[in-house]
Amino acid sequence: MQPTSCSSEPNQRIARIAAHLNPPNTQMGESSGPARWNCRAKGGSSGFKVAILGAAGGIGQPLAMLMKMNPLVSVLHLYDVVNTHGVTADISHMDTGAVVRGFLGQQQLEDAVTGVDVVIIPAGVPRKPGMTRDDLFNINAGIVKTLCEAIAKCSPQAIVNIISNPVNSTVPIAAEVFKKAGTYDPRRVLGVTMLDVVRANTFVGEVMGLDPREVDCPVVGGHAGVTILPLLSQVKPPCSFTQKEIDYLTDRIQNGGTEVVEAKAGTGSATLSMAYAAVKFADACLRGLRGDAGVVECAYVSSQVTELPFFASKVRLGRAGVEEIYPLGPLNEYERAGLEKAKKELAESIQKGVSFVRK
Amino acid sequence: MAATSATSATSFSIGSKISFGPKASQLLLPKPSVVRFNSQKPLATFSGLKATGSMNCESESSFLGKESYAALQNSSSPRSVKSTGRTQYHLNPQASYKVAILGAAGGIGQPLALLVKMSPLVSSLNLYDIANVKGVAADLSHCNTPAQVSDFTGPSELADCLKGVNVVVIPAGVPRKPGMTRDDLFNINASIVKTLVEAVADNCPEAFIHVISNPVNSTVPIAAEVLKQKGVYDPKKLFGVTTLDVVRANTFVAQKKNLRLIDVDVPVIGGHAGITILPLLSKTKPSVCFTDEEIHELTVRIQNAGTEVVEAKAGAGSATLSMAYAAARFVESSLRALDGDGDVYECAYVQSDVADLPFFASRIKLGKKGVEALISSDLQGLTEYEQKAVEALKAELKSSIEKGVGFAQKQSVAAA
Repeated sequence: MQPTSCSSEPNQRIARIAAHLNPPNTQMGESSGPARWNCRAKGGSSGFKVAILGAAGGIGQPLAMLMKMNPLVSVLHLYDVVNTHGVTADISHMDTGAVVRGFLGQQQLEDAVTGVDVVIIPAGVPRKPGMTRDDLFNINAGIVKTLCEAIAKCSPQAIVNIISNPVNSTVPIAAEVFKKAGTYDPRRVLGVTMLDVVRANTFVGEVMGLDPREVDCPVVGGHAGVTILPLLSQVKPPCSFTQKEIDYLTDRIQNGGTEVVEAKAGTGSATLSMAYAAVKFADACLRGLRGDAGVVECAYVSSQVTELPFFASKVRLGRAGVEEIYPLGPLNEYERAGLEKAKKELAESIQKGVSFVRK
Repeated sequence: MAATSATSATSFSIGSKISFGPKASQLLLPKPSVVRFNSQKPLATFSGLKATGSMNCESESSFLGKESYAALQNSSSPRSVKSTGRTQYHLNPQASYKVAILGAAGGIGQPLALLVKMSPLVSSLNLYDIANVKGVAADLSHCNTPAQVSDFTGPSELADCLKGVNVVVIPAGVPRKPGMTRDDLFNINASIVKTLVEAVADNCPEAFIHVISNPVNSTVPIAAEVLKQKGVYDPKKLFGVTTLDVVRANTFVAQKKNLRLIDVDVPVIGGHAGITILPLLSKTKPSVCFTDEEIHELTVRIQNAGTEVVEAKAGAGSATLSMAYAAARFVESSLRALDGDGDVYECAYVQSDVADLPFFASRIKLGKKGVEALISSDLQGLTEYEQKAVEALKAELKSSIEKGVGFAQKQSVAAA
């Protein structure tokens, strides 16, 4: 289903007026956790409710810390199958406005996702050296399916940010679960590829001697190996690279995740940079929900920019989630070749995810 | 370190021992490694110092470049010191500082390293630990912020980690388990702090030293003794980080009194353990009325908040994320002070004469040389409850200080 493109000015104005008349629901219900973790500091109450599923994990913890610091967050739900009480108690002491609630164990999953605006899913197991993201499929597919079933039941309107690997498959899994439940809105299910963009910006900045915050390199395709396609020909500020630089950068961006898995030598995969990127992306979703104009980021979404059902490219985020998907733009020969290679692997990963739910 | 540049870019091996980061660019071409800042919008690129009203709804700047970092900035801006005589300070985009974190692969060290990596004031971030720090550095090095990350593993690399550093943060050590006091950590953590501070003395004696390792009440005096033995002690530059007590006090008071957190500032004096933590609720900004019962409840809660988290984590550790947040705020304040901001106030545990103890936490004014002034008025105009609490805490604080000093002096004698 093609997401509607709401780029016209009158639509935006109407959306803003509607939002003013029906502000986001900021009611804070009773916490299901012990009273001491139901911390109410009033005054920061205009904002969004965010749930993190997998909040006690390697990504989840720094992600939770950063979201607690985000002024756009009024309520933060932390869910996991272990250790949530400790993480919640810890974070609840930070003197920022978001109210934190912890939810422990599957029996509290539905409460965790009820009434939230954005759900971020880092839950799952990480890679060890020698593993591909696909090797995680068996465990993580089941986890994502269970979590999405709860979301479909309790907060079908939420915008879902999926981090759990392999993203190329877990996003189709989420879509199938929502379709089965009759709640699927393709504008609201996004695979987080922001870390590829962050890495691209950093590595381009290093090579070109630029401030990495000023670099904007689009990364399209998917979120694994050769499905990650940095479009170096479209970098802002415009750069001209030698072929050697293009090879180095493409290779490094595609293997950035593996780089960290190797460096961590069995103790995990990227956690801190993933949390950083995930928060950047979640914040973009929140600014879109708030009605900000021109919020554009790369994300892996249901898409028609290629013949594949899912594809990452630049999208404009708004109150409905993905409001506009931008076409890939002009690709050079190198990038076109990369695109063909990416599509092949991506098609298989998508099929694997879809089959998992349908079987 | 292998230099596999020239010939075939396709054989560029990611799995090899090459450490990435700034050195990678040398493998290709000599591009200038100086980070060029976009001079068109110098201040928009950096998060505002006092980011109060400046969050632009339509802003396209990244969350982490402006708004969330503003949350850290906001929490560290001197809400208790308003207007008069505030010198104009604009973040100088060219200013960049070097920060070292000793214990960077630990529970506090990792999220702390992330927050410092995100700071626009940092040009170099040196991460040291006895294990696992290569992975942490590789991870962080991918974040698109200017700070260059380097990793240093083991005592043989400690000196290189510290050369030329402006601020050294020490979270290294073991955390409490349920039932333990901070003092129970003394035996292990005292030696760790001593070794690390010796290296600081040898390699960056001018740096600000932020001690997080517990028990802070003792480890700071240990650090002071070590620095004295090396002949480089500057009491203006040695800080026990008590920011988390302030953060907790702000949070609990705002909750209790339904205040906007952004307005709340509670000074906390004394030390950093149990009853040595004394929140001066009577000096809360904005001024609030508390019942006696509320005062007692809040004081006890603030004093035991660390234990609250240790219990909640049921053996899995102590406060890490909130500690990282608080420590990052103190780092940010130190960097602003180094950068010339004339309006930086924090609470910290420092060598002091405000009470009749050699070390005492109070509000301090931070400047380029470290502690510029101790706010001794923190100990005046106290309520009866607070006065009693000050007296009660002195005995414990005194013995913790003596324990630390005794440890350091015994070590020095043994080494002689």
